[in-house]
Amino acid sequence: MKKLLIALMATTAALSMAVSAQAQEKLKACWVYVGPIGDFGYSYQHDQGRLAVEKEFGDKVETAYLENVAEGPDAERAFERLAREGCKIIFGTSFGFMDAELKVAKRFPDIKFEHATGYKMADNMGIYNARFYEGRYVIGQIAAKQSKTGVAGYIVSFPIPEVVMGINAFMLGAQSVNPDFKAKIVWVNSWFDPGKEADAAKALFDQGADIIVQHTDSTAPLQVAQERGLHGFGQASDMIKFAPKSQYTAIVDDWGPYYIERIGEVLASTWKPEDRWEGIKEGAVHMADYTNLPDDVVAMAKETAGKIAGGWNPFTGPITRQDGSEWLKDGEVADDKTLLGMNFYVKGVDDKLPQ
Amino acid sequence: MDVTVNILLTIATAATPLLIAAIGELVVERSGVLNLGVEGMMVMGAVGGFGAAYYTGSPWVGVLAAIVLGAVFSLLFAVMTLTFATNQVATGLSLTILGLGLSGMMGTSFVGLPGERLPNLDIPGLSSIPVVGRLLFGQDPIFYISIALTAAVMWFLFRTRSGLTLRSIGDSHKSAHALGIKVIRYRYLAVLFGGACAGLAGAHLSLVYTPQWVENMSAGRGWIALALVVFASWRPLRVLAGAYIFGAIWIGQLHVQAIDLNEFANAPWLVYRLMEIIKSFPSQLLSSLPYLATIVVLVLISRNKRLTMMNTPASLGQAFVPDR
Repeated sequence: MKKLLIALMATTAALSMAVSAQAQEKLKACWVYVGPIGDFGYSYQHDQGRLAVEKEFGDKVETAYLENVAEGPDAERAFERLAREGCKIIFGTSFGFMDAELKVAKRFPDIKFEHATGYKMADNMGIYNARFYEGRYVIGQIAAKQSKTGVAGYIVSFPIPEVVMGINAFMLGAQSVNPDFKAKIVWVNSWFDPGKEADAAKALFDQGADIIVQHTDSTAPLQVAQERGLHGFGQASDMIKFAPKSQYTAIVDDWGPYYIERIGEVLASTWKPEDRWEGIKEGAVHMADYTNLPDDVVAMAKETAGKIAGGWNPFTGPITRQDGSEWLKDGEVADDKTLLGMNFYVKGVDDKLPQ
Repeated sequence: MDVTVNILLTIATAATPLLIAAIGELVVERSGVLNLGVEGMMVMGAVGGFGAAYYTGSPWVGVLAAIVLGAVFSLLFAVMTLTFATNQVATGLSLTILGLGLSGMMGTSFVGLPGERLPNLDIPGLSSIPVVGRLLFGQDPIFYISIALTAAVMWFLFRTRSGLTLRSIGDSHKSAHALGIKVIRYRYLAVLFGGACAGLAGAHLSLVYTPQWVENMSAGRGWIALALVVFASWRPLRVLAGAYIFGAIWIGQLHVQAIDLNEFANAPWLVYRLMEIIKSFPSQLLSSLPYLATIVVLVLISRNKRLTMMNTPASLGQAFVPDR
């Protein structure tokens, strides 16, 4: 067994060593991805952002990336390595890189760091995120309108604020249409494992869900939905090719504009650490084409997305917590800090939050 | 009833790739060779299977291509460890690393392409028998191959002369060599068989389980298969049991997570309490349950030390250099 463990560790280490390196002098911008760029989901979208940077700046900027980097302390080596290889700005794109990236940022004060979806900052480390939850509110409404059983299946990865926020926004959206709407939640404890995600989708469908929602990165759950003649939503990128008859819409991340803006600031020496959190309004999040839906539902979804783009926050009171206590009073809007540290469910979620 | 059938079908799908890869590796290890490259061969099978199916439009060609590619890839390991007597652990590991990288490179153009699923076996009349129909006659073809393969390997290892020879090589390659047995030739064939099986398991992933290609899609299943062989103390039936226990608990815990306790309000008190207790486990524990339970069960069945010793290939992992 020990041999196996060593073997496993060696494999992960070796996997994370796929780097492209080029000449000096240009500004070197680097990315660390949690999954393979070929996941056609979350990491894929970040890499699209990187490619947009290359296109925008041409030979003024060179880029490099490390993919398949495991979250946790091990990620430190990845950041350290990029820092030593001359990267001037490094984007860490997953929540679990937070502490590792911060440690490395402190050791390399001259290098700029940016961390996605986290909450820790430093003099040379900014944070950025997309308001995915805005899209999740929209798909919650669609799910409640379209479901015949009144139950959605929800596949989730890890109990971090980002994910909890998504579940809550989805439920609030669904309840705004059908107050009795239910979501069955299954944790697969992985961001990316097509097999596991497919199994979870099958289990949820077997238990009466007729719509699948995912906060994991592969297209497998949608494919299961298509096989069963049921429906679901794409995650992070437009997955319509995998389930032309089953995808209603997808919450698409568009990181390109942000990366271009920030790297432009590094070139102009105006970069400062910032806490940026953008959504439908700024274009960081947008909904893929609405498909397989009746016109009135499409109209409703567009109206909601428009309302959110106009500045309305889905986390606007009155909202009750899962235990029945009051969270937000009528008209009160949740502040970003609470959202980013969200560790409780809203009323109507049938799940115990793993701590 | 439908739900139960669905659950059983899901379990079979989850267990099949583990079973096929593990049965292949079992033969390899019985011949005294430890090939840690299962994960790499599996993922090569997955990419090859998907690619061939995509270009020819036939998933069956994909399955064949996966088997061939798995075997060809394992040939690399065989040449290194058997002809040049390199260290098996190191060579196997590099095979895995190479496989993961190479498959990612080969598969770049397949990313984002919807694949074609290998159609389920569907025998008119028989498949529509309630309950047993779908279980026995309505599954994907590779499921049947996996069961047939297990039976064939059992028969080969314990009922044929060649099987006995193979096992004797695994126990002591020196004695086998002294008796005039072609140790290297047997081992070559065993390794190729293991590679073909791993390739087939990969085809199951990219053509049945989740019909698509994504990098790293084997997601550690090769390692689970390797562990199954050891914990099943190199017995085919135990490997089968292990793969299905793993699959059942894995699918079971997903169902437990999704269950709404209120639906059990009218169930007997004991059932309700049991559900309540299991539901109160954190999901992280539930996710690790298949690994824990499989190890515990297999260790329990294999607790007879003498029998385990008998089944362990004594020259496992040792390089063999014929002295003349």
